[in-house]
Amino acid sequence: MHTYGQRLRTLAIVTAATFTAALALAFFYAPEEAEEGFLQRIFYVHVPLAIVCLCGFVAAGVMAIQHLRTRDPRWDLRSYVAIHMSLIFGAGVLISGSIWAKGSWGHWWIWGEPTLVSFLIVFLLYATYQPLRFSIEDPERQARYASVFAIAAGAFVPMNFIAVRLSAAYVHPRVLGSTSNLPFPMALTFLVSLLAFTLLYITLWRFEMTAKNARWQLRALQRKLAGERVSAPRGRTAQPALSPQPALSSRPAPSSRPAPSSRPAPSSQPAPSSQPAPVPQSSASPQPALATRSQRQVS
Amino acid sequence: MSEAAPPGERLAAGLQPGVPSVAAEHRGEAEAPERAGSSERPRQRLHSTALTLLRKELLLELRTLESVPGMILFAVSTFVIFHFALNTGSVEGDLAAGILWVTILFAALLGVNRLFVADADQGGFDALLLAPCDSSALLLAKVAALTIYLVLLELVTVPAFALFLLGSSLGHALPDLLVVLVLADLGLAVIGSFVAALAVRTRARDLIGPLIALPLLVPIAIGASSASSPLLTAASHGGPGVRWLLLLGVYDLVFGLIAYAVFDFLLED
Repeated sequence: MHTYGQRLRTLAIVTAATFTAALALAFFYAPEEAEEGFLQRIFYVHVPLAIVCLCGFVAAGVMAIQHLRTRDPRWDLRSYVAIHMSLIFGAGVLISGSIWAKGSWGHWWIWGEPTLVSFLIVFLLYATYQPLRFSIEDPERQARYASVFAIAAGAFVPMNFIAVRLSAAYVHPRVLGSTSNLPFPMALTFLVSLLAFTLLYITLWRFEMTAKNARWQLRALQRKLAGERVSAPRGRTAQPALSPQPALSSRPAPSSRPAPSSRPAPSSQPAPSSQPAPVPQSSASPQPALATRSQRQVS
Repeated sequence: MSEAAPPGERLAAGLQPGVPSVAAEHRGEAEAPERAGSSERPRQRLHSTALTLLRKELLLELRTLESVPGMILFAVSTFVIFHFALNTGSVEGDLAAGILWVTILFAALLGVNRLFVADADQGGFDALLLAPCDSSALLLAKVAALTIYLVLLELVTVPAFALFLLGSSLGHALPDLLVVLVLADLGLAVIGSFVAALAVRTRARDLIGPLIALPLLVPIAIGASSASSPLLTAASHGGPGVRWLLLLGVYDLVFGLIAYAVFDFLLED
């Protein structure tokens, strides 16, 4: 939980260096392709982006399996962030693919192109991941259902590619599966830029994980200092909750001392609306002094 | 529905706050010898539980008539819509296969949306969790029920399609078409049951369900329409392409295994 920020700077610098190298190779080192000319250089962006994006989806499925096996909410968070990043990469793939299609075939969209079409289907499927999470309120069930979705969708990715490829004639420049057929400068450029995009994905993933962890640690500390008052209730969100019961561990348990009144003590109510107005509560409670004392003890 | 409560409801209604602990104890007792004993008994019990649940499902449908008549009506109306939208009285080949499969797909989604609603709203899930049985039986029962619904749907829809829209006669191609229909029904039922279980306890289930189901059903649509388009042409020679049937079969199998593996996690609260 504390280790996400470590070595992030080194990783970022390495990523930036590799990325610069990949772009430099793509623009200045790789030879001009005979048929497509300059446009073919989008290959060094589009294909690595697509490969990294799909691997991210599959990795998110593996993380989801880990989540269901261990019930550790951090695995759910990892899977969530991986799918989030892959969705962003996927938008990049669709846009760069459209540009490439327009440049080489004259149309923004080609249905006869199986890889692009299967990519669109996968993208549409994963686009429902956030709405699914958003419409389940219970955080534990949200995490569990999201993991089930991620596993099924991760297995769907390769099957879908097979199915769509069967259905269409080959139009795509068959370069991505066969780096061995490329001339050496092109293959080198491609591999370096694949490495660059992989590093970019990992860096962004770790950055997002660090940010989320920092936010959760901050909230836990705030809660420890000032009780439930500072932390708004969770409400509707698609984000995974890292600490499901933060209130139990970070406070002296007031439930251990028996509440004398028939009402529950105000400290046991997590809703913040009970906090700022002790006056109407004490007027309703049969023993107002005890109620205010237990409240002062919490804060 | 009103005069006879569904079995799930009856079970849930019988469980008062004191009773679940007894049921849970009973469940623990029942599972212990199951693990220690031979593997024959649990499988038998899975079968019989699934059969019981399937009977409950069909009884419920027979009494409420919520899914199948709606699906059939929807499909026939869609053919009428297609007739006027395309402004044609007879279609063939790719177009015919497309119309047939789009209609069956969307009609199936109607059934999928309703599949788990009674269990989620009226305590069927809770009753199943309290009962000493494997929850995979529920998946099996739902897949079987949805397959039966789809077969009933197609018993009406395919003749109606041949009557209303199809240019060529269906007779010679019927055996091949039946194979395609059965394979596609199994796939629709497996994916539909899985997605329905995933979506039924979300807030926007009528929206989430079809949104998740449609991309997952694309391979089924590809396989089924490609396999049946040569069957729906006038000068038909040769059956459906073997690779399409293979695609459908493999997809059914793989997704069936995935759904079987992860279904338990959808039920456990």
